[in-house]
Amino acid sequence: MNFYGYKRPDGRVGIRNKVLILPASVCASDTTRIVAQQVVGSVTFNNQLGCSQVASDQQFTMDVMAGYAANPNVYGTVVISLGCENCQMDLVVEAIKARTNKPLKQVIIQEAGGTLKAIDQAVRYAKEMVAEASMLQKEEFPMSELIIGTECGGSDPTSGLASNPLIGQLSDLIVAEGGTSILSETTEFIGAEHILARRAATPEVHDRIFEIVHRYEKALQLVGEEVREGNPSPGNKAGGLTCLEEKSLGCIHKGGHSPVNAVYDYAKQVKAKQGLVIMDTPGNDPSSVAGMVAGGAQIVVFSTGRGTPTGNPLAPVIKITGNRITFANMEDNIDVDASPIIYGTKTLEQMGEELLKLTQEVASGKQTKAESLGYTEMAIARVCNFV
Amino acid sequence: MLNAMIVEAEKDNVVVAIEPIQKGETVTYNCAGAEKSLTAQEDIIIYHKLAACDIAKGEPIVKYGEHIGLAACDIKTGQHVHCHNLEEHREDLESKE
Repeated sequence: MNFYGYKRPDGRVGIRNKVLILPASVCASDTTRIVAQQVVGSVTFNNQLGCSQVASDQQFTMDVMAGYAANPNVYGTVVISLGCENCQMDLVVEAIKARTNKPLKQVIIQEAGGTLKAIDQAVRYAKEMVAEASMLQKEEFPMSELIIGTECGGSDPTSGLASNPLIGQLSDLIVAEGGTSILSETTEFIGAEHILARRAATPEVHDRIFEIVHRYEKALQLVGEEVREGNPSPGNKAGGLTCLEEKSLGCIHKGGHSPVNAVYDYAKQVKAKQGLVIMDTPGNDPSSVAGMVAGGAQIVVFSTGRGTPTGNPLAPVIKITGNRITFANMEDNIDVDASPIIYGTKTLEQMGEELLKLTQEVASGKQTKAESLGYTEMAIARVCNFV
Repeated sequence: MLNAMIVEAEKDNVVVAIEPIQKGETVTYNCAGAEKSLTAQEDIIIYHKLAACDIAKGEPIVKYGEHIGLAACDIKTGQHVHCHNLEEHREDLESKE
């Protein structure tokens, strides 16, 4: 099975062709917003971090920034920094160049002469880059070039019964095509980590699965908190999910039945053609999705029970619900109604084939609902408070 | 008509309502090919859980064939199982392996 995408100079294949206006810190985020509004074909996001962070916290931010610039859906990047932040321009550029050789321009607000001059310079760089990007022709590539990110948010019991198993079916099909599928949300492995560990391809992966779960729980205990406070959320509970273990046992269905071949830390570069892998991300959707997109996922499949609008600046998000009431209520936001799996009118296998076809269409350019509504919210995972 | 489902037929002691269920209504689900029934002891919101059998206080509540928590009190067949009668319990799953 093939799709039409964009070949990048680093050898990877994109399914969108965007120019990223990358804010190196919160102090550059309003500037990138103004630049991206001016240049059609460019995208940005609100980076609330990038300064006053301890090393491990800053590493998450740096990895998301570098991973976003390197994501194959991006043609090239214009980085804007204030100049004095911890995520210094030379560090950001170095991190991007370690991942990709795609077009890259830099603007430092304090050196450019303030806001207006920085915007002028960045808009000109971005316009030129978009013009270059627009000349690129799509080519045909095998589905094995795809890295899919899997996510669930606003879950309810239908997530574990229909939409997550459907994503798991897609994950197995992508793995069979030779691609990569990422299972995420470490907090939602809690109570189900032994099931994933049994599927580990190696003893190292087995130990790493337990390690990331315990590490997450301990990190919260260090600040006197428990992971299960606030998870499940009030909406999860109203929908019928009682406790974290029940949520987790539904959540891990997104990984299908394939062996787990690797465990990645947050936002690290994921290898293509690696089968099923895990990334250590929060259960919080926008930051989990951001971690996988920074890892190189070109497309995200996202299940929901309560209904969520979440998109992403770089990757199209396919939204799936197993709750027939939610689908009827939020059809403008949700791409796939998986409830026939619960009511026996379609099989998981049938719906898996349909979802694979939709994934192929979206990879070739078809807009998802989150994309057409312009949803691009995202967040970056945090280790601790600012310093 | 089926108005509930069981996830792991041989193991689970709760079923999931797949239609809104009224108190006193017959709850029917497919259990490994055989139809099973019980009577709802209270109204059950669609997609919420109810006990498939009597569960004594302190016994594990099982869904997906796995422990999701402990019964916080004696739970009768057909009663709603949710935050009010499930006690959260973190098991050491690594040492159980």
